[in-house]
Amino acid sequence: MNSESYDEMVKKASPDSPLLKDCIRAFAVGGLICAIGQMLTNFALNYGFDERSAATFTSVTLIVVASLLTGMGIYSKIGKFAGAGSIVPITGFSNSVTSPAVEFKKEGYVLGLGAKIFVIAGPVILYGVLTSIVVGMVYYFAGR
Amino acid sequence: MARHTGAETVVFSSPVCITATASTVGTKEGEGPLGKLFDRVLKDNMAGEQTWEAAESVMVKDNFGILFEKSGVHPDFLIAGDLQNQCCGTNYGVRDLNIPTFGVFDACATFGEALALAAVMTDSGAAENVAAGVSSHFCSAERQFRFPLELGNQRPPTSTYTVTGAGAAMLSKNGTGPYITAFTAGKITDYGVNDANNMGAAMAPAAAECISMHLRDTGRNADYYDLIATGDLGCVGRELLLQLLKKDGTDIADNHMDCGIEIFDKAAQDTHAGGSGCACSAAVFAALLYKRLKRGELNRLLLVPTGALMSPTSIQEGESILGTAYAVAIENEVIKWNI
Amino acid sequence: MEYIRAFAVGGLICVLGQILLDKTKLTSARILVLFVVIGCILGGLGWYDRLIDFAGAGAAVPLPGFGNLLARGVKEDIDTMGAMGILTGGLKAGAAGIAAAIVSAFFMAMVFRPKEK
Repeated sequence: MNSESYDEMVKKASPDSPLLKDCIRAFAVGGLICAIGQMLTNFALNYGFDERSAATFTSVTLIVVASLLTGMGIYSKIGKFAGAGSIVPITGFSNSVTSPAVEFKKEGYVLGLGAKIFVIAGPVILYGVLTSIVVGMVYYFAGR
Repeated sequence: MARHTGAETVVFSSPVCITATASTVGTKEGEGPLGKLFDRVLKDNMAGEQTWEAAESVMVKDNFGILFEKSGVHPDFLIAGDLQNQCCGTNYGVRDLNIPTFGVFDACATFGEALALAAVMTDSGAAENVAAGVSSHFCSAERQFRFPLELGNQRPPTSTYTVTGAGAAMLSKNGTGPYITAFTAGKITDYGVNDANNMGAAMAPAAAECISMHLRDTGRNADYYDLIATGDLGCVGRELLLQLLKKDGTDIADNHMDCGIEIFDKAAQDTHAGGSGCACSAAVFAALLYKRLKRGELNRLLLVPTGALMSPTSIQEGESILGTAYAVAIENEVIKWNI
Repeated sequence: MEYIRAFAVGGLICVLGQILLDKTKLTSARILVLFVVIGCILGGLGWYDRLIDFAGAGAAVPLPGFGNLLARGVKEDIDTMGAMGILTGGLKAGAAGIAAAIVSAFFMAMVFRPKEK
């Protein structure tokens, strides 16, 4: 038997993820996080923040709360239920920073916590900044 | 004396006895369907230590302690392994035992390898008593092979759950059975599986080839065995194993079980395809199968620990996941082989 | 009404992520990278701000919103300081989020130890 025909067998024998159920949960939890974000934004606007500071306030609050929930061991349970619903919002980014920090503290503050804190966030920052620079170059030379 | 037979099999015509077994598991395994059978269930998977790795080593040490007590002997050698890099779980666990140790690694098939080598050593007279033992810990394995524990991701339905536990067996020339009568050492198989969340698929071909080869080498039929117990194929791997063997004209649907499927209650414990890890086959053998052999409910067992061979590096470099398996025949009678 | 829009658009962006997770076996880390990059490109084209105008936090809170923030920052810095802005804009705009994430992660690591799933 070659690996192509075995691959076929494996596909048939492997149950698919329950896509509909997963999507409904992702929608519900992801939507809820965004609605909470909207509440935070409105709250900040009411307190006289300008639009930009309100957005920053929203992100920072969500990030800190998600970080706390990660430390308490609650975020991984939300994630198990919600999948992308709690990965895609900015809270998921925060979870991806806090979880290795908590996990690898035992390997030391520099090469453990310090280095591994970026194990998932590092690529996000790298490719985000790289893309922003490409966007900036296009904007600078062609866009304006 | 041990003799090489056929392509990949070694048979023993004089007794190689398993005089005792010991098993320790974590909390989740303790809550599973086999929970009451294990010698020891941890109250807390940290086992009073500061790290998961240290917790695994404590399990290794304590489990060997249980084994020595039950068998009443101090072995000449240990043959042991685990999933951590450089077999650290084992090494730190046995450092205070003062027994020469062979560290072995064959991923989740390590128990098969350890039993086979221990059998050869006792049979050859190289040692009077040899202990074979393995361990795994869900948290140390997750940390090494996957993601931080608190990362909020989902496990796909094909994924397996690493068993937290340790299992060990004492082998001796003297004793009243059950006996290791033969083993077949599997070849490394590569069927191009590269989904680290589908280990069952990576291991099923190795198990199928090893079982087929064992039956061919020994001239036995599959129904010779009361039970063929694979290590940790899980639901997906079991299905594939049955299909692969059927293509070969062998049907083991009625006398096959998979330790990974038995150790957890899939629906209640949310373990997806089942349990995995070195300790899966070892703890289930020690706690369930060995006792059934002792009671005579089983007389002929073929234990087939299965392993998925890979490292985080090999996966990231795009290598496929290899499979391996050992088939160890354990029977209540010594067989006078004349093949 | 704005809450419903935020909920619906935010939820739909997450559903896109879920489909990728289930269908392509991409890890969550890759999804994060992908969404930030996509958001940054859409932001560069000026399209993502329109989604934020419509959905508010529903578009700003998911990770493409973070990517968009980087793109917006680059453009603004270029407008005020020229070519140097290509380099400074992105990180400057993302600074609050990144700093909040790493600093709170550091303190959480001080307080908590990892638990089993």
